[in-house]
Amino acid sequence: MSFTRFLAVAKKEMVQVLRDSRSLIIVIIMPVILVLLFGYGVNLDLKHLPIYVYDRDGSQQSQDLLKRFQASDYFEIVRVVNSYRDLTRAIDDGHAKMGIVIPWDFSQRLRDGRPAQVQALVDATDDNTANVLIGYAQAVVQGYSSDVQIDWLRDHGQVAHPAPVIVETRTWYNEDLDSSAFIVPGVLALVMSVIGAFLTSLTIAREWERGTMEQLISTPVSPLEIMFGKLVPYFVIGMIDVIVCALIALSWFHVPFRGSFLTLLFSSAMFMIVVLSMGFFLSVIAKNQLAASQLALLTTFLPAFLLSGFLYEIEQMPVVLQWITGILPARYYVSVLKKIFLKGSPATLLYADLVPLAIFAFVLALLATHSFQKKLT
Amino acid sequence: MLTRLKQMLIKEFIQVFRDKRARFLLFVTPIIQMLIFGYAATFEVHNVATVVLDLDHSQESRDVISRFTSSPYFDVQHQLTDSRQIEDLIDRGKATVALQINPGFAENLRKGQTAPLQVIVDATNSNTALIASGYINQIAIGFAKDYQQDRINRISPQLTERIPSVELEQRPWYNPDLRSRWFFVPGIVGTLTLVLVVQLTAFAVVREREIGTLEQIMVTPIRSGEFILGKTLPFFLIGLFDVSLIAVVGTLWFQVPFRGQVSVLFTGAILFLLCMLGVGLLISTVSATQQQAMVTAFFFLMPAVTFSGFAFPISTMPQWLQDLTYANPLRYFLVVLRGSYLKGVGMDILWPQMLAMAGLGAALLVTAVLRFRKAID
Repeated sequence: MSFTRFLAVAKKEMVQVLRDSRSLIIVIIMPVILVLLFGYGVNLDLKHLPIYVYDRDGSQQSQDLLKRFQASDYFEIVRVVNSYRDLTRAIDDGHAKMGIVIPWDFSQRLRDGRPAQVQALVDATDDNTANVLIGYAQAVVQGYSSDVQIDWLRDHGQVAHPAPVIVETRTWYNEDLDSSAFIVPGVLALVMSVIGAFLTSLTIAREWERGTMEQLISTPVSPLEIMFGKLVPYFVIGMIDVIVCALIALSWFHVPFRGSFLTLLFSSAMFMIVVLSMGFFLSVIAKNQLAASQLALLTTFLPAFLLSGFLYEIEQMPVVLQWITGILPARYYVSVLKKIFLKGSPATLLYADLVPLAIFAFVLALLATHSFQKKLT
Repeated sequence: MLTRLKQMLIKEFIQVFRDKRARFLLFVTPIIQMLIFGYAATFEVHNVATVVLDLDHSQESRDVISRFTSSPYFDVQHQLTDSRQIEDLIDRGKATVALQINPGFAENLRKGQTAPLQVIVDATNSNTALIASGYINQIAIGFAKDYQQDRINRISPQLTERIPSVELEQRPWYNPDLRSRWFFVPGIVGTLTLVLVVQLTAFAVVREREIGTLEQIMVTPIRSGEFILGKTLPFFLIGLFDVSLIAVVGTLWFQVPFRGQVSVLFTGAILFLLCMLGVGLLISTVSATQQQAMVTAFFFLMPAVTFSGFAFPISTMPQWLQDLTYANPLRYFLVVLRGSYLKGVGMDILWPQMLAMAGLGAALLVTAVLRFRKAID
């Protein structure tokens, strides 16, 4: 392998990327856009959810309870309606996420010392929102109930004790439960899949399609030199993008960075080799741009998005799918990223992810080289 | 005119179906993606890995722990003996929740003071942490309620029968078991349709241009209107077929209920497809090569899916982003899909969405056709 020839191929490839304005956009702007997209667009922290109220009692007590809903950050009473139909209509057309119905005998029951029930009709189309909503509503109603009981005990000459237990929750690693701190580190894996596999497979499949690859092969450049020359520029671009994304995460979204920068570089380099090899391999076997890029998205981007733990918790998937995630490099990379950014785990805990990642990089690079050489002979 | 259009359609269909990879792309990948998405995409939280450290060893502390053990949301894996173990297990990711009951818990309770429950949650995934905290609070509320009841019972049993209380009766509509799958599957139908149709339309025209057959067609007597119709109609039909295919597979395989009218869903699908054809054509007018078309399509797809309400509620996004989502056809189609599947609502509720898609579709198609004619002339 000659360094000069490798350099010549690499230079040609770099010029080609820089000259094509659209490729330039994808390598420079796409990472920024992806980070901003997920940083801003993904927020599962629910506040000010619109609720409708149907107060059939209209008493001091029912108003007290509703005031507690209003005072909570999580709810916003947008309308008070006078019929059950208006309430159901609002939930049907999505104007209300929840409707609260206070029965006509609410205050009567409290005075009589009987349990009173408040109804919460929840739009559970989105199960996650509904779940959080129900939790908050439970807390409000329970708080009211226990205050009612304390007042009642006092009025009846009993010692009224405060609430018996409180939960003191400490959230580790992501203290404010910030959605962007949870999402943004994983975006690095998406960026690299796009740059490494999607873009690379497209450009190389294009050379096959147009026949320029054969031209290149007929020159004295050896297959290995071609492959390295083609891939190294994308490797460099990918690494620069990782650093840019990390900087945006830290400075713009204030995601913590608790691990070592070196680990970030090392694991990113490994993952970059994985996706580049995949992209190259697919372009060799597909030979046509549409097929190559689609396969690249299907085998790298989609797993990185869905099955890596980037967004959806692996532990919550069906067991068979959990096994499958074991053979996906993206899973290990995302795990490393979360450890570096949020957990600051010591090196010993990182090996469990770094070792498989390195093995994948090695095996896939071999596979790509082998398939390319076989293709030529 | 009809004969020319017919010839054009025949040619297009032959072109699409001749290619084995294209057939695979059109009919197999959507199903694969539907299955992976349907299984992987979940925000549900069950069997959270939990460890317990009981330093009180009382009747009361055991009562609290047994409530965790019997909850489907928590999987109590270890009873620890030392608080240092907690840090280790959470660092290594072996436990997501740690519950610690300090000495004096029962004594505090008996003295009528508030007894704290120490909870540590790994918030790397902020959503899981949020949902799990909600479940923990509900368990604590349940324990507190029962304890309070017992206490009053001990003081004077006849009081228990007269003490008022308020309870929340929750009714999650449309998705009573709060299943993530019911939320995601209808959304996947829309998302996959979008990805497929935009890419195909953008690609088809650009491919003809890149390999030079576009000029050949232009010298035939075919008019540009007929050409556009001939190019888009096949994808419209394929898109419609794919919507049905994905919808049927999703419904049957994942057992998601379909409560609305098929006609409403199809009206929505047709309007949505018109929008996507417009987008695809527009992309083809600004792209000279297949690579550019692919990259531009990707640039459209990512934000369109992220800012549609597919996975993340629009209401939690910054206001300026929420305003932008009104220009996103997928936003409306998702409301139609979920409305038809889960809510079972009809045109009387969904007409604003239909109107919005019709307006967007008309605007997109007119712009695309005008630009396209200019590009040909």
